[in-house]
This record gives sequence, C-alpha cells and structure tokens, in this order.
Amino acid sequence: MDLLNALVAVLNYIIVPATAYGAQLALGALGVTLIYGILRFSNFAHGDTMAFGTALTILVTWGLQGMGISAGPLPTALLALPFGIALTAAFMLATDRVVYRYYRRVRAAPVVLTMVSAGVMFVMNGLTRVLIGVDEIRFADGARFVISPQEFKAWTGLAEPLALRSTQVITVVTAALVVVWLFWFLAKTRTGKSMRAFSDNEDLALLSGIDPNRVVAVTWILAAALTTIAGTLYGLDKTFKAFNYFQLLLPIFAAAVVGGLGSPIGAIAGGFVIAYSEVAVTYAWKKVATYIVPGWEADSLMQLLSTEYKFAVSFTILIIVLLFKPTGLFKGKSV
Amino acid sequence: MKKLLLASAVAALGAGGAFADEVKLGISLGFTGPLESMSPTMAQGAEMAMKEVSDSGKFMGGATVVPVRGDSTCIDAAAATATVERLVTTEGVKGIVGGMCSGETTASLQNVGIPNGMVMISPSATSPALSTIEDNGLFFRTSPSDARQGVVMTEIIMEHGINKVAVTYTNNDYGKGLADSFAEAFKAAGGEVTIVAAHDDGKADYSAEVGALAAAGGDALVIAGYVDQGGSGILRGALDTGAFATFVFPDGMVGATLENNFGAEVNGSFGQIPSSEGEGKDKFVAAATAAGFDGTGVYSAEAYDAAALIMLAMAAANSTDPSVYKEKVMDVANAPGEPILPGELGKALELIAAGQDIDYQGASSVELIGAGESAGTFREIEVKDGKIETVKYR
Repeated sequence: MDLLNALVAVLNYIIVPATAYGAQLALGALGVTLIYGILRFSNFAHGDTMAFGTALTILVTWGLQGMGISAGPLPTALLALPFGIALTAAFMLATDRVVYRYYRRVRAAPVVLTMVSAGVMFVMNGLTRVLIGVDEIRFADGARFVISPQEFKAWTGLAEPLALRSTQVITVVTAALVVVWLFWFLAKTRTGKSMRAFSDNEDLALLSGIDPNRVVAVTWILAAALTTIAGTLYGLDKTFKAFNYFQLLLPIFAAAVVGGLGSPIGAIAGGFVIAYSEVAVTYAWKKVATYIVPGWEADSLMQLLSTEYKFAVSFTILIIVLLFKPTGLFKGKSV
Repeated sequence: MKKLLLASAVAALGAGGAFADEVKLGISLGFTGPLESMSPTMAQGAEMAMKEVSDSGKFMGGATVVPVRGDSTCIDAAAATATVERLVTTEGVKGIVGGMCSGETTASLQNVGIPNGMVMISPSATSPALSTIEDNGLFFRTSPSDARQGVVMTEIIMEHGINKVAVTYTNNDYGKGLADSFAEAFKAAGGEVTIVAAHDDGKADYSAEVGALAAAGGDALVIAGYVDQGGSGILRGALDTGAFATFVFPDGMVGATLENNFGAEVNGSFGQIPSSEGEGKDKFVAAATAAGFDGTGVYSAEAYDAAALIMLAMAAANSTDPSVYKEKVMDVANAPGEPILPGELGKALELIAAGQDIDYQGASSVELIGAGESAGTFREIEVKDGKIETVKYR
C-alpha cells in the first residue's frame, strides 16, 4: 500500500505534469527547429507567434460558443484550432512577404535574420495585446478531469490523490499525432522531401529544380500550425496570458538546443529533458521516501534545489550539453 | 567658511522669525513611477488635514500649515533621498508625510531624516524591516506592517483549527517579507510550517513548485502572491492535482480575479486584507468628496492621519521642533483621551490647549503599536459559494 502511495505521488506530481509540460515544450521546440533547419535562423518571434495564434483561436472559440457550438466533453477550442491555424498561417506568410523575403534576397547573415525576428517579436507582442488584451483568459470548457483527485482517493482508498486532467491527455495525444504526421510528411511526401533537400544543401536543391518559394511558404505554414497548436494546448492546460508566452521562449529554445537545432526528434527529446529536470530536481522527496522506507521519517524535505532555481536546472543542462556535445543530443547543427 | 555658516545661521533665524505664523510640512510621495495613480489622492488627503488645522485658527497661536510636495518616485532611492533633502534643507519643513514605498522610505529616512532629526510618518510603507530600523524615535507609519498581517493571518488560521501549513510567496520584497513574518508568527503560536517556497511571477509552468509544496504537505496552503500573477498559477496547480483543498489568501490574492477564475473551487478558503471601516472612515470619505477628491483611494485616509498626527503632536508639545514633538506622537495617537475623528482636528487642538488628553482615531482607526506603526484593521474574508464575503473586521 505504501509503495502504491509512493508511486501515485510520483505520478501525480512529477510524471503527469512534466509529461504534459514536456509535450508543450516539444511542440514549441519543433517549430523553432523547423525554421532553424530550413530558413536557417533562430526565430525569436516564436513565443509571441504562439500567443498570437492562441489569441486568434480564442476569438474563434468565443464565436463558436456564441453560436452554441461545442465539442461535447472536449474543449471547443479544438474546433476553433483549424481557423486559428489558417489565420496565423496567413499572417506569417504576409510577414514573410513584407519582412523576411527582403533579407533572404540580399542573403543576409543568420544573425541579421535573428535580429529581424526580434523586431517581428515586438510587433506581434503589441498586436496580441491590442487584439485580446493583457489579462489572464481561461477558455477551456468541456470535461475538466479524466481522473479527479477526490474520486481517485475515494475509489482506491489510497492516501495520495491522482489527478489526470483532460487537457493533459489532449495535450499529449495531440502532440503525438502532430509529431507522427510531421515525420510522415517530411519522410514520405514530395514536399517534405524537397524541404529536407533544401535544408541539407540549398544550392543543390535549387539545381535539382526545387522551388524555394514553395518550400519557404510550406515551412511558414507548418510553423504556424505548430505554434498555434502548441500555444492553444498550453493555454488550455494553464491559462492564456500574453506575457507568459514570451517567457516560454527561453525553455523552448533550451529544449531545441539541447536536442540539437534542426533535428525534429531532438526537439521532442529536448522538450521532455527540460520539463522532467525542472520538476524532478526541485521536487521534495521526503514524502515518497517515507512511503518507501517504512518507519523512517526524514528530517529534511529531501529537496535537491529549492524551486526558485528550477530555471537554473535547464540552463545547466544546456551548458553541459553545449560543452560536451555542441550539436546537441541528436546531432543537430551547431549554433 | 565659518563666516558663511554664521551668516546662514543668522539668515535662518531671521527667516524663522519672519514666518513664525507659517509651518511647512513636506509630502514626499511617488507622484511619478509605478504607484503614480495612487499618489494624488494620498497627497490630497494629507493636504485636507493641513487645511482643516489652518482653518481652525487654533494651531500654534493661529499659524497656518503649508504643504510642500516632493516626488519620491517609489522606486528610485537616490531620487527620493534628494527630494527629502530638498524638503528639509531648502524648504525647511518641520515634518514629512512620506515616503511611499518601503525601500525608498528606508533610504530617505536613513540618509536625510535621521541625520537631520526630521520626523517622517509614512502612510503606506509596509515592509516589516521598517519596524526594527534604528530611527531615534523619528519614524512612524499609519499603515500596518506586513509583520502585523502575519500575526493576524496566524490568528485567523488557528481559529479555523489548522496548525500545519505550507507557504509559498512571490519572489520579491513584499512576498518574502510577508512570508517570513507569517512563518515566524505561526511558529511562535505553536503551529508548524512545513515549507516556505518561492515562486516567480509570469513563469510558464508551476508543476515544480506545486510538487514541492504538496510533498511538504500541510492542512492549508498560504499563498503570499499576486492574484494577477504567479499566485493564480500556483493555486490552479494545487487545485488540479488535489494537493491542497484549503487556501489562505493575504491581501495580494484577494481580488475580483479570484472570484472570476476560481469561484466555487476555492469555497471554504479564507484570508484577510488591510482595510478600515467605521465612522471615522465614513466621515473622511464624506469630507474628501466635499473637497473634490476620492477619499476611498488607497492609503488616502492613512495620509490624512499621518498629517494630522504630526500637527497634533506639535500642538501637544507646543513646539514645531521635530526633536521635541516626536515624543508626543504616540501620546496623541493612543488612549487614554477623548477620541478624535476626521473633521474634529479643531476640537482636538482646543482639548490639547485645555491640557486634556486626546486619542486620535482618525480616518483609519489609528492605534500605534510597537515602534510606532499602525496596528491596522484587517478585513477577514471567506469564499462562500464562489463569492468573497466579509466575515468580520479585526
């Protein structure tokens, strides 16, 4: 029984939340890595694109709710997601046309493009605030829990609760579907293959008749889809607040770099490494230890680091990886 | 140099003689900076008290009190110090209502107030650190210290039959000060604090914090944070994982956002915010409305009381010298004596002139305790059916 309690405590406070958070980071890092691999710059505007896409999705969600449409036990936002993606993709293509295309034509250095994306970031930052405001918005509806903590306790008679929110399940399932689809797309379809060719060697790709404009457009559309999905899932699981997405940029970049920039599988692994290390290293193990070793109560909380250092954890990992394996865990490009 | 000093001393004496019927009081508040929206009504509160005293004609043989405003900026300690320096040395004020924020107040008090022997009464600095500062009896405040809130919170929690809590605080001076003073008070009262963990505002994910808090355990979770910031993130995480069912909300967490975003989910949770009520407050708000400003503005009533205390202490000591009247501040503020409400400053001056004791109540039910800070009244709240309801004032 005590062992079960320990297991449930670890599940409830580490495995479940870290898996959901990891999936959110992984989707964000995938977008960063895709743009880095194909367009060859670090897109600082990524966090705010997530905020922008989510804001659009929320507006459509409100519209749908106003018309009385809902997705039953699932959040209405999932129905609004395709509209959000389409609008965000249109916006990204317009941004590319107005801003990035010029810098591609003059063959600007990647660092110049990165700075340009910082400019785009501030514009989108402001646009999102004008569009939907700076307040915290909760737009999750439908069933809240798959397993609610109170029911779990009553049902199993264990001392420890276990909660599994529907948004966490949706996050992980959606992330898995998106990743599988993306890998299939990149590996099997003609467009995907041309994108990989373009990423590997731009000149050779051009010689073999690949249309660069098409590759760029598809990349932006995919990036828009990934950011909007990641942003909306994050907003469903937590809440929407424009400023939080800006803050999300750091762990997302950490995840992409740890996994190896330009490597899709690395982005996913990086997301989970960052999420798990943030949660596990700052967890107080006292309770779990007390369950596992009967009749012994630890004097301290058995916490490796206090929680204010959780960001230090991800950046320590980042530095270690960059020192010993500069291309990241999965052989991406070195920065 | 000696001649210059002598000359200026003579000039100062001469000036003192010429304007004996005019007493200047400084108002050092953050007219620019993060709390600039709060400052105007505070200054107007203080100026209303000064006008009331001047109009009564009974202050120091018919002297008028002239306010001099200065900008303390709230965040820039150097600018605040320069402002107070100007008020003291150039304007020659006899007392200061201010400063506004804890850090800036500490700096100007230590660098200017104490060396010059100037009395400063802050209407709004709440850091517990100001309670123990070496102030030579020159510093007072009409707002309660957050240490006081820690004690009040302890009492409320104990009355709910809870004696084991976890504490999380927003990682800044406010959160840290409040969490530390609460933890100390709670332990002193025999309670157990399982963990005191910081959280940062505006972060992407609070699973780690919630996990640590849950592992430490406790019958309730005290969230010394902001409801528009990380405090909500922690609360959401703790509710969703079933880590805690009862929460304690200090002032930063009590707001409309709490009702809107959590509502019935936090039924049975409770907390407190500094807030005064009663006849004094009502009278003050009415007088403020008549004077053309909003008396319900945050700390406006406390600013009125700060100015009134300085002037009544001057009257009681029959001197505008800060080193003399500083001894009288506690006397006029506390019992025994005739209770004085806003609008009765003239009556208070009469009573003092007649040699009677007064007990200044003012707009915020002033009762100075410890090193000269307001005991404060707190509104105890409880969430019932998704609404924040007032239980009582304490």
